[in-house]
Amino acid sequence: MPRDSLDGLMRHWKGSDMHPAVSVIFFTVSSGAGFGFLTLIGLGVPLPSGFLAAFIASALGVGLAVAGLLSSTFHLGHPERALLAFTQWRSSWLSREGVCAVATLSIYGIYALIWMFTGERIVWLGALVSIGAVATVFTTAMIYTQLKTVPQWNSWMTPACYLLFSFASGILLAASFGEWVAFGAYPIASIVLSLTIVAWTMKLFWWQNANRNTLQARGSDTGTATGLGHIGKVKLFERPHSGENYLTREMVHKIGRKHALKLRVIALFLGALVPVIICLILVGLSPSPILFGLAFCSFMAGLFVERWLFFAEAEHAVSLYYD
Amino acid sequence: MTSLPQSTNKKLGLVIDLDTCVGCHACVVNCKEWNTSGYGAPLSDLDAYGAEPSGSWLNRIHTFEITPDDAPASIVHFPKSCLHCDDAPCVTVCPTGASYKRSEDGIVLVEEDRCIGCGLCAWSCPYGAREMDPVENVMKKCTLCVDRIYNENLPEVDRVPACVRTCPAEARHFGDLGDPDSDVSKLVAERGGYDLMPEQGTSPVNKYLPPRPKTHGTADIVFTPKEPPLNAKGFLGWLDAALERL
Repeated sequence: MPRDSLDGLMRHWKGSDMHPAVSVIFFTVSSGAGFGFLTLIGLGVPLPSGFLAAFIASALGVGLAVAGLLSSTFHLGHPERALLAFTQWRSSWLSREGVCAVATLSIYGIYALIWMFTGERIVWLGALVSIGAVATVFTTAMIYTQLKTVPQWNSWMTPACYLLFSFASGILLAASFGEWVAFGAYPIASIVLSLTIVAWTMKLFWWQNANRNTLQARGSDTGTATGLGHIGKVKLFERPHSGENYLTREMVHKIGRKHALKLRVIALFLGALVPVIICLILVGLSPSPILFGLAFCSFMAGLFVERWLFFAEAEHAVSLYYD
Repeated sequence: MTSLPQSTNKKLGLVIDLDTCVGCHACVVNCKEWNTSGYGAPLSDLDAYGAEPSGSWLNRIHTFEITPDDAPASIVHFPKSCLHCDDAPCVTVCPTGASYKRSEDGIVLVEEDRCIGCGLCAWSCPYGAREMDPVENVMKKCTLCVDRIYNENLPEVDRVPACVRTCPAEARHFGDLGDPDSDVSKLVAERGGYDLMPEQGTSPVNKYLPPRPKTHGTADIVFTPKEPPLNAKGFLGWLDAALERL
């Protein structure tokens, strides 16, 4: 386990972070889980047959994905213009994310209708759904990863974490349907167990990287921000304005990281430890969909905390002009 | 289209002289005054006369204290607005095409009718050049006073950005930084103009001129008032000598 994943934060960072907006946290967690579940449905994960089961599974997967996407529109200044966001897919990751999400949900709509009414899960259509769902989660992560201004996000580990968390929440949700009873508890419990552990291990590496990959480590400080560092030690004497402004509220936020260390422990407890213990119990006992459902809920709660920290622990270059 | 142009015919921008800026904020105020009634939506303020005033501004003056190892600290006023970067990350992240860089003169603008107010462009800017308008909910930024510089209804002397026109210290200069023979390019060459945070890879057009080196007194030179020589003659000389002897 990376040694400095759980501490060292306050030592390295200067004290300002990105504002964690609830709508964006909910968006990334919920649509991540929804598209993760759709990925697994597309791959043919065992689920109960019949119209109702197909309907419930689809409603859950699509519901989580759409709830997340809708939530993300709440932080827009002009949601009525959201359709324009589908136009710039050549250059913009945010636009690509919109295009991928809508394309994937549309293909899944066809897949789900055929599944509900004929009981057949068409393999090639499912493969398209899986590819689209993975692409959607990847593009979501790239919205943040692309930002050079936020060094903690600007790493290949960010999409790796988003994808692994998406798969892990998807498999936990699939496990909650209990269709794999025929195979016994061992296969599904061990898949869930390994995915959960792999995902959180990746997150530990992400945290370790975030501790080290600071603005300062990338050679940016108040000296380079002002270009005056060669003269002497540069420090802010007076802010340009007496109150707050958009920049200080969004990017020079002060309270998010206050309890970062405790929150990392809570995230690991809910997101990793609880699901792992449940899986270990289930390996030894008979399979229980309800316990998997519990594990899923705990995992999601852990992800909300993790996603809060994703913002709260990220420092933005503009803070160099304000700290 | 939110792809960046391959190249721009001109690179219009500002050169800001940190040696002469006195931090009076006149450029900030004139910027707000011009731009609240010009291009796009007004620049709104919330609680303007209350306890927590807040609003959108396109130009801000920070003040920094610089302490050299071997000299006393000095103060530098630091005006900051959009740098109209050649590799502007705020343009390519925009999902709607609202944010764009003009190929004719390199000015980075926001087409406010297309802006969904997602804020991603502000997140992508290392300089804090973009602010969301709290009333209109669209992204606001320096337009380089695009509605002044080409405006033939204005006297020619006024066809420069409002901040440049108003600066009482002449610390702000406007021109084509893509033309090596322009006044601003010569000024940059002469005074060692530089980019802010070059490590961010944004290739800003605007340049900053560093403060000129300060002359610092050294400790062993001590200035003391010179005593006038006492060489009074006559009665006053006798008086002086007599009093001295007392």
